[in-house]
Formats: sequence, structure tokens, C-alpha cells
Amino acid sequence: MDLGQLFAIIIGAIFVSNFVLMRFLGLCPFVGVSKDSDSALGMGMAVIFVMTMASLVTWFIYTYVLVPLDIVYLRTIAFILVIATLVQFVEMVMEKTSPTLHRSLGIYLPLITTNCAVLGVAVINVDDFMVTGLPRAASFIYTVVNGLSAGIGFTLALILMAAIRERLDLVDIPKPMRGIPITFIVAGLMAMAFMGFAGLKIG
Amino acid sequence: MTTMGQLIKGLYKENPVFRLALGLCPTLAVSTSVENALGMGAAATFVLLGSNITISLLRKLIPAKVRIPCFIVVIASFVTIVELVMGAYLPELSKSLGIFIPLIVVNCIILGRAEAFSSKNGLALSILDGIGMGIGFTFALVLIAAIREVLGDGKLFGYMVFGPGFQPALIMIMAPGAFITMGLLMGYFNLLDEKLKRKAEGKR
Repeated sequence: MDLGQLFAIIIGAIFVSNFVLMRFLGLCPFVGVSKDSDSALGMGMAVIFVMTMASLVTWFIYTYVLVPLDIVYLRTIAFILVIATLVQFVEMVMEKTSPTLHRSLGIYLPLITTNCAVLGVAVINVDDFMVTGLPRAASFIYTVVNGLSAGIGFTLALILMAAIRERLDLVDIPKPMRGIPITFIVAGLMAMAFMGFAGLKIG
Repeated sequence: MTTMGQLIKGLYKENPVFRLALGLCPTLAVSTSVENALGMGAAATFVLLGSNITISLLRKLIPAKVRIPCFIVVIASFVTIVELVMGAYLPELSKSLGIFIPLIVVNCIILGRAEAFSSKNGLALSILDGIGMGIGFTFALVLIAAIREVLGDGKLFGYMVFGPGFQPALIMIMAPGAFITMGLLMGYFNLLDEKLKRKAEGKR
């Protein structure tokens, strides 16, 4: 494990291959929850938390359950069940320990189970860090950092979009384009801007 | 609704992508070529059909409180079948679709149909619904992919459409092109809808 590699993973997950704008993951909440910046921030925080936890837990499941039992082909079923349980569990713990946090993030949590970005990050982690024969410690740290950075990248795109959409409310848009269609056009322009990061060479 | 109505409702009236805005992620991600789009459409249709049949048969056995996890397990099993079969027989397609094959599990169209349709309707209707929705999803994918492939690559199904002087707009097969095509198509469908409504009102 080296820090250069780690830095490359962080920048890669946040900017270069941003989950929403470059990899097309998590578009439903991106379109659905980007109407105002407060809920965008809430959703983003919940996603960062769940993605990091999901990366951590799926690493353990993959390394200590699926590989030793030689049932790697069941990873899709195992991961989705683990993520669904995790989200439920996080919601219950949050409700008991921090009602304030639960009140602000709670409504977003059930939405996250079907957010493809969470399962996506788990699958990408397996493909990038677990089957490539990295030492165990390195693969663990890369996995968790990748989960965290992917969540940050998602939140960044979500908040930027929410800020733009708040302005769009005041603009005279042709009627058929209002709502979701114009959101996609804006996302396209944002993706074009994010393509500029593709030239970065790190590590 | 008639049998034919069930089969074609996905094309326009209840098109999962353009009208209901479901299953957006795979739609945008795999629509770089018509071939990929057809592969994804076929895979999703198979899963949709399988899960609709299973859930419709089991609908009286599944307790209402744990229905979502049950649906997810059923869907995930069919996705695993698709993953393994595609990896064995169509390795190239499997490679180009990449992580979007396992991600069929979280495609909201499939869970949505399980929740809204097959858990409430009999076997025959659920089969028709699965096929109909699958056709609608595939239609949307192919439409977007055709636009992107023709403009971005100058090809359709891998064959050149234009003469050698054509300069493909590379942006169309990259991420921004997907978003912009999608936005414009959705806007067009809204416009079409409005026109049809006005026409229907005029008739009355």
C-alpha cells in the first residue's frame, strides 16, 4: 500500500470517474432528491455513511465468507442482502442513539437500499481491489477509502445539481422540458465539465 | 386491459424509462451501442419475466411485512443466473456490460413491477406484464443507443451509416451525450403526450 495510490483512488472516485456523472450510478436519487440543497445535503450524508459501511461490511463478507466457502458466484445475492440489512440496522441504531440525526437523515435511508450506487461500489471494490491479489491490509484500506470517496463524489454532484436547480426554478423553460428533462440536460453539461478531470494523471 | 394492451403498454403509455423515469442508470450507461442495449434489454426482460412468474406464484405465501426482502432475493437469484449464463456463452457482451449486470438487482423497474403488479395479479397477467415492460425497457434502450451510436460513432449495429467523410461527434458516446440525449428524448415524449391529450380533447 502506498499513499500515492491512495490519493489516486480518492481523486479518481470523487472527480475523474464521479459515480453519478461518469459512471451513471445513483441517478434516481440524483434526479429525485436534488430539488433543494438542504435535502440534497441530507441525502448525501446518508449515502456517504452507508457507502463507507457497505464497503467495509462487504469486504469482510467477501474475504471471510464467500472466498473460503468457494461461493463467490453468490456475491450479488449476498451483497444486496447485506446492504438491505445494514440500512435497516443503521436506521434502528440512529433512531435509538441520535433522534436528531434520525429526523434529518431518516427519510432518506430507506431510499438508499435500492440506490444502485451502493451495490455498485461494493461490486467495483471486488473487481478493483479484491480479485487483483493485493495484500489483505491494502485491499481493506483501499476498499474503505474508495467507498468513502465515492460517497463524497456522489454528494458533490448532488449538491451542485441542487444549487443549479434552485436557480432553474426562476428561469423560463419550455413547458415539456421542465422538471426531469432539463435536469438531464444540466447533468450533461456538468458531465462535460467533469470530463476535464479525465486528463489528471496521479500516482 | 386486453392481452395486446398488456404487451404494448410498455412501449408508450407506461414506458418505464421515458414516462415513469425508472431504471435510469443502466439505460444511460449501456446505451453506447445498439448491441449493448439489446443485450441489456434481453437480460433485464429475462429477470423481469422470471421474477414476475415466481412472485406471482408465491404471492399468497409471502407475508406482507417481509415482502421486499423476499422480492429482492428472488430477483437476485435470477440476476445471478443471467450473470453466469452470460459470462459462459457471451463473454464479450458480459465484459462490455460490466457491473451493470449485477446491478440489474437494484433496477427499480423490476422491484417496482413486483411490488405494483405481480404480487397482486395472477400468473397469466404477470407473464404478459413482464414481457410488456421488458419490451418497453428494451425499446427505450435501443432508441437512445441508436441515436448515440449513429451520431457518436457513425455506425448502427457496427455498420457504417454515413460515408467516409462523416465526422462522428465523439461526445455522444461519452457520458455527457447520454445525459443530453435522455433529456431531449424525455422532453420530446412530454411534448408528444401533450399533443395527444389536446387531440383527444378536441375530438370530444
